[in-house]
Amino acid sequence: MAAAVMRPLARGDKMQIKWIDGRPTKVVINQFIKPNDRMNSFERLEIYNRQYWFRIRQCFYEDYPGLRAILGDKRFERLADAYLARYPSQSFTLRNLGSRLVKFIEDEPRWVSPHNQLALDMARLEWAHTEAFDNEARPPLKTDNLIGLDAAKICLQLQPHFTLLELKNKIDDFLIELKKNSGLRSEASNAMEQNCRHKKMSRAHGLKRRANFLAVHRYQDLVYYKQLEPGQFRLLSALHNGATLEKACAELAGLKIPGNLGESIQKWFSSWAALGWFCSLESSRGKPQIKKEKI
Amino acid sequence: MPANAFNNFTDYGIGIGLRVPHYDHILSKKPTVDWFEIISENFMCDGGRPLKVLDQILEQYRVVQHGVSMYFGSSEKLNREHLKKLKRLVKRTNTPWLSDHLCWGSVDGTYTHDLLPMPYTFAAAKVTAQRIREARDFLEVPICVENVSSYAEFHVSEMTEWEFLNEVVERADCGILLDVNNIYVSSKNHSFNPFDYVNGIPANRVAQIHIAGHSKFQKHILDTHDHPVIDPVWKLYERAIQRTGKTATLLEWDDRIPTFNEVHDEALKANQFIKRLENTIIKA
Repeated sequence: MAAAVMRPLARGDKMQIKWIDGRPTKVVINQFIKPNDRMNSFERLEIYNRQYWFRIRQCFYEDYPGLRAILGDKRFERLADAYLARYPSQSFTLRNLGSRLVKFIEDEPRWVSPHNQLALDMARLEWAHTEAFDNEARPPLKTDNLIGLDAAKICLQLQPHFTLLELKNKIDDFLIELKKNSGLRSEASNAMEQNCRHKKMSRAHGLKRRANFLAVHRYQDLVYYKQLEPGQFRLLSALHNGATLEKACAELAGLKIPGNLGESIQKWFSSWAALGWFCSLESSRGKPQIKKEKI
Repeated sequence: MPANAFNNFTDYGIGIGLRVPHYDHILSKKPTVDWFEIISENFMCDGGRPLKVLDQILEQYRVVQHGVSMYFGSSEKLNREHLKKLKRLVKRTNTPWLSDHLCWGSVDGTYTHDLLPMPYTFAAAKVTAQRIREARDFLEVPICVENVSSYAEFHVSEMTEWEFLNEVVERADCGILLDVNNIYVSSKNHSFNPFDYVNGIPANRVAQIHIAGHSKFQKHILDTHDHPVIDPVWKLYERAIQRTGKTATLLEWDDRIPTFNEVHDEALKANQFIKRLENTIIKA
């Protein structure tokens, strides 16, 4: 039954009339579903087949307004159906429905062509937004915790809700504007959707193609997209990949950073610590040097 | 009717589902509401606004957890990670009982996010009851199972839906969340008398009652939770509380959600049936 419920719909959002092995679907379904005086077995199971797709499509539409604006409704629907057929939900929560979308677009770019890079950037940003919205926030590290420690040995960990993105397009302002005009994703419930309703969304026009370094994070329960300078991005990336503070700072060699490098780094860390981006401190061997503080 | 191990919340009154469009109204106006039911899965996250809102609600109101993804009727093992997350939430809310559906919806780790009907067989009842017991033992909170609305029936079924429900709850020794709207929807889709269902379940196990609206189509009824409760469903509700006594009652409204006051007023209509019941008892 699950295979029938989750099978992609045919044209007109109908259940497919041929089963996977070529037999008529109604013959297969008659074997386990009873007809009643108004509906045959096929029609009864079709209700579940349609509801499955209506529900997950609706959720996908609400989670990816930016991607939808780039592709337009019809192309987005085709991408959604292809992705959701390839990667059905493996989580108890619909929140994770898009967790493999970036991989899918990388593997099968034809679904977003010719907007390949733009669509990929947007999918990455929208997933980072989901992660920032409700991932864990660990007790933040204070700058005081760093005083007197050996930069050659310490590794800083970033918050679980924090994502670094290197994008090829300037899309963050566009997504912020879109989200202002759309509601939150529907909650999980056991109610059926009568149909797939979604608002018409304006297409993305005039998005600029240029390198765009972003930190997507949560601060005081709101999600923010913070622009980063190339040096800041390089430093944070190195820390994120497990480099010690000393090695991460060495990554800045060769980059043109205005003003005094030491002062710049100090200012950056001060700002990042104020935003609560760092959550623990580990030695280069991965063991905690100091205990986490509860704030 | 005296309270017992399951029907133990006779003073809980009338609650409504906690929904995002009402957050601002509830947090700013702090309206008087007997209790809120939350969808557990919406708060089984690790941080952010959902948990912050929940904590603010918990400061003011009683909260009961209702789930949509335990899938007691699935045949695979219970997911330990899922149970651990759920238990963390149970500790946070201090829910007096926890409900989920008598259905299945996941296969080999793939989720349909739907409440699929079960074949009403003794073998399925046995497996389902075992999973409910395991979940209750892990979560350390009373569990109630809710009857779902359905649109299809299986050839292999060996009993009616309410006989199956009885078989499961007796084997699991758990409570029932009786959804009278779901009974009505299924009775129309499967052509049975909904009062046979209400009269056929063990009243002493009913811990909570759900009421809701639905949508009627030419050949079937869909459980959409997007309308007020219709009179035939209120009649089922009245019959249910005649059997169970005063029982914690909750209105579900999940789509095309109107204002908080409209939803709450619709829920409070249940009081007239409770008063009528109390008057009948006093006269008797």
